[in-house]
Amino acid sequence: MSLSKIKFDKKIVLSFWIILIALIIAAPTLLPVFRLNLLGRYLSLSIVALGVDLIWGYTGLLSLGQGIFFALGGYCAAMYLQITSSSEFPNNIPEFFALYGVEKLPFFWEPFRSPVFTFFAIWIIPALVAGLIGFLVFRNRIKGVYFSILTQASLLVFFNFFNGQQKLINGTNGLKTDVTQLFGQMVGSESMQRIFFWITAILVIAAWFFAKWVVKGRFGNILIGIRDDEPRVRFTGYNPVIFKTIIFSIAGGLAGISGALYTVQSGIVSPQFMTVPFSIEMVIWVAVGGRGTLLGAILGAVFINYAKSLVSEALPASWMFIQGGLFILVVTALPEGVLGWIQGDGPRNLLQRFGLKRKIETYPSLEVNNKEGNNE
Amino acid sequence: MELLLDSLFNGVAIGSVLLVAALGLAIVFGLMGVINLAHGELMMLGAYTTYVTQLIFKLPILKPFYNSYIIVSIFLAFIVSGVVGILLEKTIIRKLYGSPLETLLATWGVSLILQQFVRSVPLAYGTGLVISLLIGLFLPTTFPSKIKESINFKYFKFSSWIFAALTGVLTGSLISSSVSKISRASARNVDVTAPSWMRGQVEIIGTAFPKTRLMIIVITLISVIAITLFLNQSAWGMRIRAVTQNRQMSDCLGISTEKVDIITFGIGSGLAGVAGVAVSLLGSVGPNVGGNYIVGCFMVVVLGGVGNLLGTVLASFGIGIMTDLIGAGRLLSIWPNMPLPLSNTINFFATTSMARVMIFALIVIFLQFKPTGLFPQKGRMVEN
Repeated sequence: MSLSKIKFDKKIVLSFWIILIALIIAAPTLLPVFRLNLLGRYLSLSIVALGVDLIWGYTGLLSLGQGIFFALGGYCAAMYLQITSSSEFPNNIPEFFALYGVEKLPFFWEPFRSPVFTFFAIWIIPALVAGLIGFLVFRNRIKGVYFSILTQASLLVFFNFFNGQQKLINGTNGLKTDVTQLFGQMVGSESMQRIFFWITAILVIAAWFFAKWVVKGRFGNILIGIRDDEPRVRFTGYNPVIFKTIIFSIAGGLAGISGALYTVQSGIVSPQFMTVPFSIEMVIWVAVGGRGTLLGAILGAVFINYAKSLVSEALPASWMFIQGGLFILVVTALPEGVLGWIQGDGPRNLLQRFGLKRKIETYPSLEVNNKEGNNE
Repeated sequence: MELLLDSLFNGVAIGSVLLVAALGLAIVFGLMGVINLAHGELMMLGAYTTYVTQLIFKLPILKPFYNSYIIVSIFLAFIVSGVVGILLEKTIIRKLYGSPLETLLATWGVSLILQQFVRSVPLAYGTGLVISLLIGLFLPTTFPSKIKESINFKYFKFSSWIFAALTGVLTGSLISSSVSKISRASARNVDVTAPSWMRGQVEIIGTAFPKTRLMIIVITLISVIAITLFLNQSAWGMRIRAVTQNRQMSDCLGISTEKVDIITFGIGSGLAGVAGVAVSLLGSVGPNVGGNYIVGCFMVVVLGGVGNLLGTVLASFGIGIMTDLIGAGRLLSIWPNMPLPLSNTINFFATTSMARVMIFALIVIFLQFKPTGLFPQKGRMVEN
């Protein structure tokens, strides 16, 4: 937040954007397909991290169930892809149905024949589900850890449902997308993956601007108010339930988009997206990057996942230790995350500790007031 | 009648596993406000303790007592999980009191580390490590007060840690050389075989019940009674309750809140270990065994009302009986000719995983009417 106060030169901002866009355009030619695909996946994960940051970093709701909305988005995309490329299979329905002796398409698959419907379903269905769950929980003023536990329980509900229904959505095996066709091309092919990378990169930037717009102004102020002192917000005459429900469904919609992008790039959507560890991991990306800083969420998601793939390639057993240590470290030593630490007083305090920078000599009260001013 | 008894027994059996698992969580969460996501992994440690005890009792010296290993392992599991819990409290949880969301994330990190630890460290050396932790943490407390108050106490403490480390390494290598099965790290699941007197079935009023299930019910019953007596009758129990009600006032009256925190967390974790023994009797033991229970435990605690043992007991048996009724499709056999759409719905939910879906949905609906559980804490605060 204090970073925004530093007035960047317009030229610097412009050149930053030019470099960024040039990198996005050039990335497919610079990187090998495998790495490009990984980068695309991690970028798509950063969209769900943005959602987590909106609800946790700004509103103080720690959801452990973002995997639900992520997987719902993924399933919407995968169902459309499966159904459009099922013309050569018996009964004109996706191949896996034949394994379970299903001859008629289940009713809820029907609307996914239409690309327009799917385009909207990918973000509206998760947002609606999130809004419903959120409303039911927030209405009763269930908050804090109870909210976290309930979201985790609903995650398990969805996981068990999707995992158990072979005849409806192929259960544990999930839906494959890499051999399906989209606009006459294989989804798993190199040229399609390149296009998906560009779409992802553009959507990450768009989501970032959208999230910035959401937290700006009065709406954002109320969110921060709810995080810091919800009863006071309520006594001032606002209804926190509405604001919490809205922001939770926005986060759900973002998770849905992210899930769809992740699915087409990883080639499969399965109930594994709804496991408990994956949803908690989303929180740690934001926590490490810096909660309450949108850029931190994006960078956290990309870098931690990249580190994960690098470490897992080199020393498979050690990633769990590193990840566990990261959780403990970020909670006990670095509660505002890396970006929050840089933007706050972190570097100055560090320099002071080594005697490289002199302490600002002020009256204590002045410093306290200053701090409050910095935190808005 | 027989059907009803059968269903009741199955429900109680499922419920008692839930209850013994949730008991420690109810104490840690209810009395201290700490969300311990590593609770499942403490259970896993208890289950592995049972396995190691079983192997050690197969050694020639202890062979004659083999049949009683399960009783011994209950106490050992309590100690092992309790020691790990105390270490956890002393290093991490202590810094995070008053911020439950932070404890949630930190203990999740701990649970990941514990899981990987079991995978990549041989169980024999793990046992050695636990022994050295035990000695290092408790040896200094047994010193006479003359030493404790002396200025050189830290050196005594340090030397006791060195002694502990040496003992740990020695026992670790001793176990690994005598029990070859656990001298190498492995991520594979292991099996605990019940002693011969616990195999088979018992007939009660014409229905056969497996003995292991009965054993679990007995373990649960004893744990619940013991913990109730401890909290309500003993001096430390009174201190724990006092600190729960008003921390600052208890501190002023001379209760060491620090000690109370350690004891509460230690007991909660130790109960997780006891639950681990019960779980090890049900199926094979692996690094992920705790994860299957943790969410169910939290639902029990939330449903029962936080900080209320009676609520926890009722909630777990309620969930257990409901799981059996829905999961086994028993409603259909009780009422065979119900209308078709209803029976179709019941058939749809008559699997273990779908029963879970139904139960969780029912709990969420229940919380719509009673957001603070069956027995809410009384209070007039705006917050919480």
